[in-house]
Amino acid sequence: MPVYTLRVNQQQHTVDVPEDMPLLWVLRDVIGLTGTKYSCGIGLCGTCTVHVSGEPLRACTVPIANVAQQEITTIEGLAAKELHPVQQAWLDEQVAQCGYCQPGQVMSAAALLKKIPNPTDTQIDQYMAGNLCRCGTYLRIRRAIHRAAKLLNNANTS
Amino acid sequence: MTEPNNPSRRQFIRTSAALGTGLMLELHFTHNALASSSDAANHFTPNAWLEIQPDNTVIFTLAESEMGQGVMTSLPMILAEELEVNWQHIQVRQAPYNPIYGKQSTGGSTSVSQGWEVLRHAGATARIMLIAAAAQQWKVTANECRAENSRIIHPASGRSFAFGELAQHAAQQSLPTTVKLKRPNEYRIIGKSMPRLDSPKKITGTAEFGIDVRVPGMLIATIKHSPVFGGKVKTIDDSLAKTMPGVKKIVNLGDSVAVIANNFWTAKKALDVVKLTWSTPADNPINSATLRQQFIAALAKPGAIARNDGDGKLALNGTTRIDADYSVPFQAHATMEPMNCTAHVHDGGCEIWAPTQTPSTVYSVALAHGLSSFDRFMVKLKGKVSNTPSAAIRVNTTLIGGGFGRRLETDFVKEAILLSKAVAAPVKLIWTREEDIQHDFYRPMALARLSATLDNKGNVLSWSYKLASPSLQDADEPGSLGDEVDAGAVSGARNLPYTIPNINVAYVLVRTPAPIGPWRSVGNSINGFITECFMDELAYAAKKDPVAFRLAYLKDKPQHSAVLELAASKSGWGKKLSPGHALGAAVHYSFGSYVAQVAEVSLGKNNKLIVHKVTCAVDCGLVVNPDSAVAQIEGAIVFGLTATLKSAITLEHGAVVQSNFHDFPLLDISEMPSIEVHFIPSDEDPRGLGEPGVPPIAAAVMNAYFALTKKRVRQLPFTTQPV
Repeated sequence: MPVYTLRVNQQQHTVDVPEDMPLLWVLRDVIGLTGTKYSCGIGLCGTCTVHVSGEPLRACTVPIANVAQQEITTIEGLAAKELHPVQQAWLDEQVAQCGYCQPGQVMSAAALLKKIPNPTDTQIDQYMAGNLCRCGTYLRIRRAIHRAAKLLNNANTS
Repeated sequence: MTEPNNPSRRQFIRTSAALGTGLMLELHFTHNALASSSDAANHFTPNAWLEIQPDNTVIFTLAESEMGQGVMTSLPMILAEELEVNWQHIQVRQAPYNPIYGKQSTGGSTSVSQGWEVLRHAGATARIMLIAAAAQQWKVTANECRAENSRIIHPASGRSFAFGELAQHAAQQSLPTTVKLKRPNEYRIIGKSMPRLDSPKKITGTAEFGIDVRVPGMLIATIKHSPVFGGKVKTIDDSLAKTMPGVKKIVNLGDSVAVIANNFWTAKKALDVVKLTWSTPADNPINSATLRQQFIAALAKPGAIARNDGDGKLALNGTTRIDADYSVPFQAHATMEPMNCTAHVHDGGCEIWAPTQTPSTVYSVALAHGLSSFDRFMVKLKGKVSNTPSAAIRVNTTLIGGGFGRRLETDFVKEAILLSKAVAAPVKLIWTREEDIQHDFYRPMALARLSATLDNKGNVLSWSYKLASPSLQDADEPGSLGDEVDAGAVSGARNLPYTIPNINVAYVLVRTPAPIGPWRSVGNSINGFITECFMDELAYAAKKDPVAFRLAYLKDKPQHSAVLELAASKSGWGKKLSPGHALGAAVHYSFGSYVAQVAEVSLGKNNKLIVHKVTCAVDCGLVVNPDSAVAQIEGAIVFGLTATLKSAITLEHGAVVQSNFHDFPLLDISEMPSIEVHFIPSDEDPRGLGEPGVPPIAAAVMNAYFALTKKRVRQLPFTTQPV
């Protein structure tokens, strides 16, 4: 099996896995980072969203061979010393119910705010429509993204 | 922990040495014991553990399963209120299975209502004993002291002790004979929105769900079940799969085949190349269309009588008669976390880590399948003399990535146990999404035939409701229902709240090869939709406003009326709406609670039905954690909207057609209506909340659609309307 070197949350990992193994399973079963969740396996639900070179990707469909050598950020690596503003906003709005899809929601929202610092409801809906939540936390997700946008803007202007 | 069989009330309390940390106070309570002020003879099935540690930490042991409904926060809130503990000192520990908690099963929207009495008593009793301990040391009377913010205070002298300092002495106090509980106007915690204790871990990726369990030496498996229900493995060719690096074993479980490997991807890839043929049961080449014919045929039978008011027949003097057939499909639970379980069958024992709503059943499954017959015999023998779980079996409940009733089943637990046995190692079994959708225990499909008559003034004279549906009871134990009515199947139809002189409700059992199970709100999800749409039909037939029409038949149902009036007034019912918008209303009682919803809809591009807003009024008694309660209602509405507008499970050739979110679509954020939730202020004991928000939504939306288009939808989901 091929050996790949990847950087996850600023740590280097060398893994010996089949080239078609999706990043999701490398993270979960090989490296042991279980914060990124499996749900549909075919890129339909967004639960496994991670950042690869700053872009949101569905880790369940990205083969390891495609992302080796790139900078990967998972939910475990999103926060630096303190919570990422998106995480803080998620707490403030009490978004999570079962919580299973939330790592993916948070990662998608963080990517959205990098692209569009002050998204409208419509922009949020378009960007986040690929992140499903069976508990129905969508209204709070919308509110939390607006709140996170404010937190980020305040941080940038101060 | 060991408990004698018939302990007296004194034994509810015990001290025990916490290894290296000093002494702690533990209280064990029972519903029976606390309901009665008499002592000795009460049956002992404690269901709460409270532990006060020397460092002031108050550990609340949660026997229920946290699946998003918030019990990990709302239950300790109830206890903390009476204990007068600083909320920051509360820590929650998930209980492993232990019969001292009674039956550990979380379902039926009962956690808060069942915990309400017992947890307040638990908190108050501990507080009284802490006060007694402090009073003893200060040589003052107990009523000179009070508890506040994790301390016992003697105001006259200004002295105080922290709870932790008193734990040891408190444990030696006798149990109070009477306990005075706070009045609602004294609450500091109950009724305030407290942040959920499980939130921080859930947004940092550190929360451990079942699928995240990692055990030393663990292997990972995935499984393929017979696509046709009731099918068996006929032939299996695993020659290629066996040779794949990382594959440990391929196991034929009879009705399914699993691959055990060193990671999920390897297991899945190997399973994909196992060549399988299946034998199909002769009676099961069924598809949804033929099944529908069976349901229609069943509706011609008289059925078992669930309710018969008046003469029970359609009143003949009616001038208008309305007839309608309604139907709903099978629904999958589609929890975001697919079914999974980790099992370790080892010498003389079995340990399970499961995202389960029912640790009690998991224990039984482990006993039946995870032990040798000798060990099982020994466990049962010991069980006869002790009320403790066998050390041979340990059941660990993890966080649950969505339950909705699916995780009251234990099929995946048994499989994990058998796989662990097969390789003599810990095995984490993870189902693919496809298996999860195709091998659920579905909300049953159902058809209903309704008739009603009205007089020439539009008064409803009679209401007849016949439901043809499978029975959860009969599915569990075939034949057990006999000719009786399945109470769960007719819930919400049998107790139609409207005052109508003649009401007849009948039930016809139809069996289906598809497994069925409880699905958030169970029969109410079916009957809430059907009764409330049909009532709307009658309102229009009577040429009355649908809300006013309902209220006229709810004169002796103040709680139904109150929520309906509140939802209507908050929604702007009867006022001018945006052009192209319309409102629809529904009200339904389930799990002890009353919920009314008004949906506002319009038609968008390509006549797509858009739900703009849902205004909801709820009477669930006292609300323990208001923001979390709002979240439950929001979630229930979304859950119900998916089934109203989008998803359905259908069968072809005995197998489920749908397999993933492309053909079992869930509501997404772009389809999300705004939701306004209003609770009726109440000091009554809390009642159910997790489920009651589901039943009215389909009717509210479809009634709004009728108001807009004059087209009556009698078949769900909306996308399947016959053209």
